Amino acid sequence: MKRFLKSLLAGAAVLLMILPVSAKAKRKDSCAFVFKSTGNPYGEKMMDGFKSACEELGYDAILRAPEQPTAEGQIQIIEQLITQKVKAICISANDADALQPVLTKAMKRGIKVCAVDSNVNAASRMVFVNQADSEKIGRTLIQAAYDMTGGGGDIAVLSATSQATNQNLWIDWMKKELSENASKYAKLKLVKIAYGDDLRDKSVSETEGLLRSFPDLKCIIAPTTVGIAACSKVVADKGLIGKVDVTGLGLPSEMAEAITKGVCPYMFLWNPIDEGYLAGYVSVTLAKGAIKGEEGDSFAAGRLGHYNVVKAADGGTEILLGPPFKFDSTNIDKWKTVY
Amino acid sequence: MNLSVFKDKKPGSFRELGLLAFIVVISLLVEIRNPMFFTLSNLEDIGVNTAILSILAVGMMMVLLTAGIDLSIGATIAFSGMCVALTLEAHPELPVGVALVEGILLGAVIGLILGIFISRFNILPIIASLGMMDIVRGFTYVVSKSKWVSAYQMPDDFKNFATGNIFGISNFIIIAIIVYVCFFYFINYTKVGRWIYAVGSNPAAAKISGIPKRRVIALVYMLMGALAGLAGVLWVSKYASAQGNTAEGEEMSVIAACVIGGVSITGGRGKVSGLILGCLLFGILDNALPLINVSPFWQKAIQGAVILTAVVANAVIRRQSDLKALKSRKI
Amino acid sequence: MENRRIILEEKKWNPRTFFFQWEWMLVALLLLVHILNGIASPYYFSVDTFLSTPMSFLDQAFIVFPMMLVLISGNGNIDISVGSTVALSSVIMGVSYNHGIPMGASIFICFFIATLCGFINGCILVKFPELPAMIVTLSTMILYRGIAYIVLQNQAAGKFPSWFDYFGWGYVGPIPFIFLMFIVCAVIYGIVIHKTAFGRSVYAIGNNRTAALYSGIKTSRLTLIIFTLTGFMSGFTALFLTSRMGSTRPNIASGYELDVIAMAVLGGVSTDGGKGRIWGPILSIFIIGYMQYGLGLLNQSAQVVMIILGFLLIGSVLVQEIHIGKNRVLPGRK
Repeated sequence: MKRFLKSLLAGAAVLLMILPVSAKAKRKDSCAFVFKSTGNPYGEKMMDGFKSACEELGYDAILRAPEQPTAEGQIQIIEQLITQKVKAICISANDADALQPVLTKAMKRGIKVCAVDSNVNAASRMVFVNQADSEKIGRTLIQAAYDMTGGGGDIAVLSATSQATNQNLWIDWMKKELSENASKYAKLKLVKIAYGDDLRDKSVSETEGLLRSFPDLKCIIAPTTVGIAACSKVVADKGLIGKVDVTGLGLPSEMAEAITKGVCPYMFLWNPIDEGYLAGYVSVTLAKGAIKGEEGDSFAAGRLGHYNVVKAADGGTEILLGPPFKFDSTNIDKWKTVY
Repeated sequence: MNLSVFKDKKPGSFRELGLLAFIVVISLLVEIRNPMFFTLSNLEDIGVNTAILSILAVGMMMVLLTAGIDLSIGATIAFSGMCVALTLEAHPELPVGVALVEGILLGAVIGLILGIFISRFNILPIIASLGMMDIVRGFTYVVSKSKWVSAYQMPDDFKNFATGNIFGISNFIIIAIIVYVCFFYFINYTKVGRWIYAVGSNPAAAKISGIPKRRVIALVYMLMGALAGLAGVLWVSKYASAQGNTAEGEEMSVIAACVIGGVSITGGRGKVSGLILGCLLFGILDNALPLINVSPFWQKAIQGAVILTAVVANAVIRRQSDLKALKSRKI
Repeated sequence: MENRRIILEEKKWNPRTFFFQWEWMLVALLLLVHILNGIASPYYFSVDTFLSTPMSFLDQAFIVFPMMLVLISGNGNIDISVGSTVALSSVIMGVSYNHGIPMGASIFICFFIATLCGFINGCILVKFPELPAMIVTLSTMILYRGIAYIVLQNQAAGKFPSWFDYFGWGYVGPIPFIFLMFIVCAVIYGIVIHKTAFGRSVYAIGNNRTAALYSGIKTSRLTLIIFTLTGFMSGFTALFLTSRMGSTRPNIASGYELDVIAMAVLGGVSTDGGKGRIWGPILSIFIIGYMQYGLGLLNQSAQVVMIILGFLLIGSVLVQEIHIGKNRVLPGRK
């Protein structure tokens, strides 16, 4: 009996230790941000931006992410947020369609929903905070590959998960750029699209696979921060600097070494902190009712200036952060400490 | 049919032969499709990529020999890798050796705790390791505050350890060879090694004949943990990144490699030669499929089919060899 | 000698031994979870929470029932391919619908595929009884998931008719439809496991396979049936999960197998076989589900939940070992 009570007490003690101090009375209104998975440095930076925006506007920020990059994980989190009666939810989705039922439930309860980074379908959101025009991203990356390979050669793409909305959209635009300008890219051949799942180890193995299977590979495009960093490491390790170029979307902090070594002549990104900041402003502005996410809405976003809501290609609406920014050896040192 | 030919051969050798033949056939097929397969650099790639799996398989084999199972090794890899990465981030001047020792010790401690749960408290290995897996994985996230440790936060000599070599042979392959040699000697020529076989094949008899069953079981899990810890350090060095979800699902691959290699999950049976072949098959599969241009979406299914075939073939061959062994008995 | 007396004699109802059963401890644990959650978050105690929350975790629960049977049947029986079976049947259902097959027929196909997957598992195990179930289901786990990837690659299948949402999101009065179905299944399985000869035979196999075989129980047929059942119930999970998500992809339901096993084990089912009653897993489903939900309301990360779950799992087995050992009231205890 005594031992039983002791074990029960021990269990209760463990539980109590882990629970934080309970939420007292009424909290400030809050906006929630849900990312694709925990730990991703890109997501972390967005969360920083989101939080500072919310704090500027007097709202609490709730930052969540599932530990696995799955739709089910995000559905569970959104359910919990609905119960907590948050005012707005901003999500970077693992799946464009799977969240529709739960997000419509949220919107029915008066919660404003917007998407950022990785979109959801038009019915699941009020507006999408787009980091940069998807078409531009796709086309610019192919043009960069063309430039780096000197006009011809094999190129490959190392993507994230095969289901991620933004990845598939950019890849589609890359393919369009290749097919619409067939004469220009006659000698450029896209040989494979590999999936690194935003996991470092898988990205490394996939890159090694690409290098093995296609000995004439000249350039790898990796439109994912995890992928481009992994790629660069493999290319550098195998002593292929100069023979195989890497480009794509990468965080300057992670890619500084690769750019200075010449593994990656140049790459693109935008400021994820700004992206999160803008998303935060959009969420709060939606929550306050100042905008409804309809075409033509216009609002102020703190230090970033004024923005307009425009029509998006999938039938919904979006807000564009700005054009993609090019990082190369001339400016990488300046940016590697910022993000 | 003259069965006296089989009189002196142990039944097990049939199994390994079948696996070896399978590997040779697959390699030839791949080579025909893509001559890049048998190049030195590609073979070395296979070696390096298989190194981590092989080290883990050694530990898992010991666990399986005692009729146990350890589902927590993925979490242990992540935890030890993360701790080492955090240590090196804070103190980049520490030599690689310290990192290796730290990883091995952490892994050994986790393994020991698991071993005690199983041996002293009689918790079934599958449940205990399932619970440990959750706990250790959870702590990996807690320790890292859910953040990743990226390449630029790690010291250079640590990252270069993975690609470094001694006399032209990759560091990883050397470590794997050392582990295997020690293990081979331990399991076949020491008293404690033989005890492991005994405990797995007949626990009651082992106990009665004075073998300290509990200690053997605890030891086995501790060794598995230590090897997983070592693998964790190597993993982080190779991929230059430590994440909370590192090595998820790795335990299944390791178990599959062991089973293909002929280690019995019910304990008491398994040879090092089979283990090496099993890991080799896995490594070749991983390496070969992209080489022969198999779409990434087919890879999983092919892996599953191969494992299933290998396992069933194992069973069929074992039946044949058991039958032959029976027939050749002098009645 | 002691044990035999307990089983054969008409036991006097001793409140102490009655309440010391594992299932009552689970009840206490469930209450504890509710109380702690309620203290910690002001949003917890509402009708909505209690009735609607189960919608998010009950989809896995359907597999727990046949998994119980699989685990009880002993011999190291286990099925870790259920997650992949869910994914495959869901994917094929989606693809069928998107290729013009009417939704009703697609749902039927979903169940068919799921049952087939389970049936294949069962067949292999019956043909090769020396193969451990762990290994066979490990390979089919990889294989089934792989086939799902071949079928759908990186696409999604979906755009189901709006009435399809009803399965995962609909209500019958105040009770969610999925909750109702769960209760129906729980009742059916409760009766089957504890009140039919079939259920008894499964316990018999789990406790002493040889004796069961020699007493006329068709062990092979039973094994085939329980694995096929596991497949069939995975079809339910696939249906509800797909309905909740409104679309399907090859990567859904990953890790479900370990979750289901944890639910069963926490509920007192031993992976060794021969032990376990229906109430345990039912309670543990709710314990784990509400605990995850409550911690989520506090915006605790999933990691904390994992650690607690791990401790619960080990702790539950420990407690059962230490305290319940002498007071077992279960049939045919070895």
